[in-house]
Amino acid sequence: MDDILIIGAGQAGMQIAVSLREHGFTGPLTLAGNEPATPYQRPPLSKAYLSGEVDVESLELRAQSFYDDRDITVRCADAVVSVSWAGDVGTAVTASGAQIPFAKLALTPGSEPRRISIAGSDLAGVLYLRDVADADALKARWAAANNVVVIGGGFIGLEVAAGARKAGKTVTVLEAADRLIARAVSPITSEFFRQAHVRRGVDVRLSVQVSAILGAHGSVTGVELADGDVVPADIVLVGIGVVARSSLAEQLGLQLAGGAIVVNEFAQTSDPRVVAAGDAVMMPHPLGRPGQVRLESVQNAVDQAKVAAATLLGVREPYRSVPWFWSDQADLKLQIAGLSTGFDQTVVRGNPDDEHFSVLYYADGRLIAIDTVNDAPDYMAVRRALAQGATIPPELASDPTVSLKTLLVPAPA
Amino acid sequence: MPTITYFSPDGTTTTLDARVGDSVMEVAVKHGVDGIVAECGGACACATCHVYVDAPFSELVGGPGDLEDDMLDGAASDRMPTSRLSCQIKMRDEFDGLTVHIAPEQL
Repeated sequence: MDDILIIGAGQAGMQIAVSLREHGFTGPLTLAGNEPATPYQRPPLSKAYLSGEVDVESLELRAQSFYDDRDITVRCADAVVSVSWAGDVGTAVTASGAQIPFAKLALTPGSEPRRISIAGSDLAGVLYLRDVADADALKARWAAANNVVVIGGGFIGLEVAAGARKAGKTVTVLEAADRLIARAVSPITSEFFRQAHVRRGVDVRLSVQVSAILGAHGSVTGVELADGDVVPADIVLVGIGVVARSSLAEQLGLQLAGGAIVVNEFAQTSDPRVVAAGDAVMMPHPLGRPGQVRLESVQNAVDQAKVAAATLLGVREPYRSVPWFWSDQADLKLQIAGLSTGFDQTVVRGNPDDEHFSVLYYADGRLIAIDTVNDAPDYMAVRRALAQGATIPPELASDPTVSLKTLLVPAPA
Repeated sequence: MPTITYFSPDGTTTTLDARVGDSVMEVAVKHGVDGIVAECGGACACATCHVYVDAPFSELVGGPGDLEDDMLDGAASDRMPTSRLSCQIKMRDEFDGLTVHIAPEQL
């Protein structure tokens, strides 16, 4: 038998299935997920889906006929709860008791929101945002809510905050660190977003500790801070990061790091019969810099899935994709290419006060990443430079009248 | 339902029914039309769903918005006056019969 099972029907799992068929795999292929719907896009949940611009049908990544035509079995709403090997044959057992045999396995379990555990965190109206059910719960309270408090000043929190402001709500963002989006961008970009959200009427509070969530009749009414201040709330949206889902990997005895599934540059886990891709994975830096990284992004889900599919078919293609990210907050489009971790120099192009600028990051004189706000040409130029192994001399990059794409030069080896 | 016809770089032609409000990109990707990559899923963040809108629809469909305009400058295939990112074209009843040629390179 040559059955392949993919556990986790999100962006990465779907892409592995598609790529396996594109590469000519003709054996039995099952994509198993715990959600009711076939794989769908998550990024719009905090933006266009929340605001009602798009409906659930438009989120679907592929039509049912697409899977049928390619003989891909998509099993929805039946989570795999255990997985084991007996010799060369593996068996997955689902919540409903179904048994799915496999010869090779792909794990794309994704991640789940980190939960807050303080007094009142189980009150109705304390919400998270990961899947359609979460978004629907948020939407159900949305219209009647006047006061929205966001705990966590990262991408998800700020996107929801921007949407809530646009809908005319009173919005407060509570962040424990001394700046916003601290894990993904430099202080320059963080400070820009703080000012931009304040300009739009959001109350942004940095370096604050939440001590309790207050409620009445089982439903949230406010958030109490360590200094005793109480912020009224009809909705508390918690966006304080995600945790990799690794329980099945643990059952298989796979190597984990920080709760994530460790893979090599071929998306192989510590068991060569098992690949893994997406949010739940810890991998070598894709551009060859030191260290292991976790990338929670659509780009990584798709590109790593392609590598994983090739590996399952015995084709070894190392993962070398340039990471990229985006976040839409009000009329601000943040686009990031590369990974800025380890930078020792920045170059700012344009003026953040104009809400149109970029920050280039360098390590040892070599370009490693860029953040852009409403500046797609700079973003595209750097994405291309990194993909080609090129750099842009920092002393030339600062002049915003010169197009970055004209400044690419080969990087020293 | 209005229909869209896609001419793919590999020579295939696909005609699909489109829901009003769905983008020209979404309709293609959901049905596996060859040549549209659409890495970002429709956020106008990647320029990998580049199409050339055929006459006589190019005028009716209109030109790109500012951000899309900038993204098209960085697209992998040559930009033409009828270039659009197909994620930014939302289907309307009057676009029935729309035909687009998918740009030969997206990445």
